[in-house]
Amino acid sequence: MKYALGPILYYWPKQRVEDFYKLVAQSDVDIVYLGETVCSKRRELKIKDWLNIAQTLLEAGKQVCLSTMALLETPSDLAMLKRYCDQKDFMVEANDLSAIQLLSEQGLPFAIGPAVNCYNAQTVDLFISKGMKRWAMPVELSHEWLRKIVRDPLLKDKRDSFEVEVFAYGNMPLAYSARCFTARSENRSKDECKLCCIEYPEGRTVNSQDKNQLFVINGIQTMSGLKYNLINDLKSMHGTVDVVRLSPQSEDTLKMLENFRANESGLAPIPLDKSDECNGYWYKVEGMIQVES
Amino acid sequence: MELLCPAGSLASLKAAVDAGADAVYIGFKDETNARHFAGLNFTERQLEKGIAYLRQHNCRLHVAINTFAHPDGMARWQASVDKAVAIGADVLIIADLAVLNYCAKTYPDVEIHASVQASVTNAAAINFFVDNFNVKRVVLPRVLSIHQVRQLARVSPAEIEVFAYGSLCIMAEGRCYLSSYLTGESPNTAGACSPAKFVEYKETDTGLETHLNGILIDKFTDDEKAGYPTLCKGRFDVGGELYHALEEPTSLNSMEMLPQLMQMGISAIKIEGRQRSPAYVSQVTTSWRHAIDACKANPDNFKPSVETEQCLSNLSEGSQTTLGAYHKKWK
Repeated sequence: MKYALGPILYYWPKQRVEDFYKLVAQSDVDIVYLGETVCSKRRELKIKDWLNIAQTLLEAGKQVCLSTMALLETPSDLAMLKRYCDQKDFMVEANDLSAIQLLSEQGLPFAIGPAVNCYNAQTVDLFISKGMKRWAMPVELSHEWLRKIVRDPLLKDKRDSFEVEVFAYGNMPLAYSARCFTARSENRSKDECKLCCIEYPEGRTVNSQDKNQLFVINGIQTMSGLKYNLINDLKSMHGTVDVVRLSPQSEDTLKMLENFRANESGLAPIPLDKSDECNGYWYKVEGMIQVES
Repeated sequence: MELLCPAGSLASLKAAVDAGADAVYIGFKDETNARHFAGLNFTERQLEKGIAYLRQHNCRLHVAINTFAHPDGMARWQASVDKAVAIGADVLIIADLAVLNYCAKTYPDVEIHASVQASVTNAAAINFFVDNFNVKRVVLPRVLSIHQVRQLARVSPAEIEVFAYGSLCIMAEGRCYLSSYLTGESPNTAGACSPAKFVEYKETDTGLETHLNGILIDKFTDDEKAGYPTLCKGRFDVGGELYHALEEPTSLNSMEMLPQLMQMGISAIKIEGRQRSPAYVSQVTTSWRHAIDACKANPDNFKPSVETEQCLSNLSEGSQTTLGAYHKKWK
């Protein structure tokens, strides 16, 4: 099993990002996804800053992949995407079909992130023919759903040509909107957002009126209110999943990575936090539910 | 500019045609349809009658196969494509790439539109659909501003269709899993958002509560009109403030932008609402037919009439309408 760190989904100051990746370089993570995937207005780091971090991580023995935006709306969004897709030093993670189009036109290999809709083996097969080397399924899919895709006869002879990745830890990205909900929470429109996401390194919690932690708002992205945690399901992933993705949190991400590795064979289970964690999607029920594994 | 209206039933189909629709869109009574609601959609016999009615009135038929094929279910989605072609649909509206691929390869002459659920929001993504599946038109998600729609229309190799009126989905359609997070069922996997079987209305001492799968979505005082608990339209608490954290219960109404939409060459405008009544479909279609005709005749001086605005406002969710993302300030 390989372990990956997903892109930082929140908006952190540049120094904090650089400090985080210094620790990542010393960690035993295998794959690191880098870049801004949520909002094009978040520019604490420029493309050259990301490439510098990528180079440092590469030298530290990590496999690096540049993640790209999920919701692209303007010609300038596309122009920025193109700059990532045109560089040849690092593999790119496509989070929208536009990136798949740009990368496959150039015959470049790529990874597909969980924001791209791919629900069946025929779609996986199509993406393989376009150059996909790694696929992270949509977060709402279950273990059973994934197993059926991976074992489909259509992919039998192609299973060695791509890796299967699962989003296994952190608040899950669930939706993308034109509207910035963080700016809205401060009574401002997206145009006047003042980049306020930077004030919320873990997003802002949305509670129901009876105090249920429903969602986290993170700019234009709506996330699960609870952290997804498949730490106790790693053993069942053997044979189906090649890469386990942890999504960077504001604290203890690398500690969690160690915990995951320690429990890879199920020998060091850690009970989920009753009030803050969930694993329902993996068991084909409501995502917010916690199923005893 | 095509006026494309919803037909969740035979009665709605006739209502749309009678009120001046250029085309209607329908779905089958199964999971391949993103409006797979109890009591909606067509039996075989109703379908035959509906098609005959459309042909008589020279009206086009679009069939929406707009959910994502399950891993062991591709045969069912392919069967829906086969059936749509067999009944003589003029257009197939498809979301799943594998279903698009099947349709394009099996029926190269059939007109295909990329469904709004396919989440196509930019030029490179449109190119993907045109290059791979020869898609003739894309339906844009309700996330772009009018300026962004114009930019896209200018460079798009495919026709552009936009939503004009109806329930407002505020997320990029096809990429929203909020419903499955709370209920286990999403538009992509089960063909419905915030499905009715999870809805509960509870009378309490402090007001009427609406729940979705046990989650409190909103609470209404006696003088407030309780809306359907669509999960993104509830009142929630963020940082100690209680408000519609994601969106108010409101409908999209873009009628005042009609001259701009026409000028930028938008091929079709879509009315949302296959789950609505025939009377609703009739009133909305009538309003838009008049508006399109008036705008075509005199685009420089077009303004929706007060009666039309009033009618559309009364028909909408929470009796409120918005320009949604078309208007930059909304974002």
